[in-house]
Amino acid sequence: MAEKEESVKLLGFWASPFSRRVEMALKLKGVPYEYLEEDLPNKTPLLLELNPLHKKVPVLVHNDKILLESHLILEYIDQTWKNNPILPQDPYEKAMARFWAKFIDDQILTLGFRSLVKAEKGREVAIEETRELLTFLEKEVTGKDFFGGKTIGFLDMIAGSIIPFCLARLWEGIGIDMIPEEKFPELNRWIKNLEEVEIVRECIPPREKQIERMTKIAETIKSA
Amino acid sequence: MAEEVILLDFWASMFGMRTKIALAEKRVKYDYRKEDLWNKSSLLLEMNPVHKKIPVLIHNGKPVCESLIQIEYINETWPDKNSLLPSDPYKRAHAKFWADFIDKKVNVTARRIWAAKGEEQEAAKEFIEILKTLESELGDKKYFGDETFGYVDIALIGFYSWFGVYEKFGNISIESECSKLIAWAKRCLERESVAKALPESEKVATFVSDCRKKLGLE
Repeated sequence: MAEKEESVKLLGFWASPFSRRVEMALKLKGVPYEYLEEDLPNKTPLLLELNPLHKKVPVLVHNDKILLESHLILEYIDQTWKNNPILPQDPYEKAMARFWAKFIDDQILTLGFRSLVKAEKGREVAIEETRELLTFLEKEVTGKDFFGGKTIGFLDMIAGSIIPFCLARLWEGIGIDMIPEEKFPELNRWIKNLEEVEIVRECIPPREKQIERMTKIAETIKSA
Repeated sequence: MAEEVILLDFWASMFGMRTKIALAEKRVKYDYRKEDLWNKSSLLLEMNPVHKKIPVLIHNGKPVCESLIQIEYINETWPDKNSLLPSDPYKRAHAKFWADFIDKKVNVTARRIWAAKGEEQEAAKEFIEILKTLESELGDKKYFGDETFGYVDIALIGFYSWFGVYEKFGNISIESECSKLIAWAKRCLERESVAKALPESEKVATFVSDCRKKLGLE
């Protein structure tokens, strides 16, 4: 039986932590893929055709299959290419990884971004509320090189794409030192570990460009 | 080794219903503990310090939080009976996509129908649109999982016990707008796991009335 040629395409955006994390997973697994950069906010007809419901990146196209939602794409990649597993094998450890991933993308992203910028109860309160959430992650990574243990995994890709290489640049842009070393030694250590990993380094958006973009977005949110 | 499974829940929660259904489908014996949402137990606060919400599944002392995560955990831990998710990675991603859609859209919009003053009409309209999208995904299938009752069905069915509330406060008729979905719900209710998990509509109506009084909406 002739082997079918694999075709993997990823629709992404340079500043999107959601498509960056998919790139990390594909690189970790050594999966060759074609990257298609969306020029957001001008969405291509292809994106609108592949993701009509949410109209968002990332979209992964594997042969004729369309995969949406970054968490689901990561799990699909993990189940389809079995080398270098991303998720733990144990059902409980897996449940915990999924739980923290949801916490990061729901709670931390909301509080640490929109709510922080709007600061309806004042800047100091917004910072404190965000730090309270980050404390849960600080505990979770204590004593480990990565959330995934000795090597990066699902949660490192989720948290890594969002916190140091997206939110931290927003925080810097609006003049907030959200995770100082003395308050978050473990998270800071984890970030340093991440920066040493080659496939992560390849997936970090350019710093200055990202800070500029996040600052602009913050201004838009504030004036809305 | 003796298995110890505890579920912390509140009878009206459509999220708790999901977990109850999943446990029943897998014939898992468990200890059901009622929580009073206005007076949360120390066990709940200890087992779910991040969100302090039900349902919480405690398996041999270890907590699993978030209902959809619980369904997957139950499916993976007790794999023998009635698989709740497809084994094919693509079909599984597809199922999880729709459950995620339900979580993002259905609850938030539905809540605005009865719990936010002045938003009832707009929220009800949006709610019907969301249900129509789901109905379109269901198509002519018996269940969202095709022939097999599973993950997406479990994710959505609990809301059916709240339909009366949405119809009342939103001034809509879900039956006339989404008859296929109602037919699907009735098929699900033929399953013992679902029939036992879903409360009577009247009971939910009384509960919501109490909630609205507490929120100062009545």
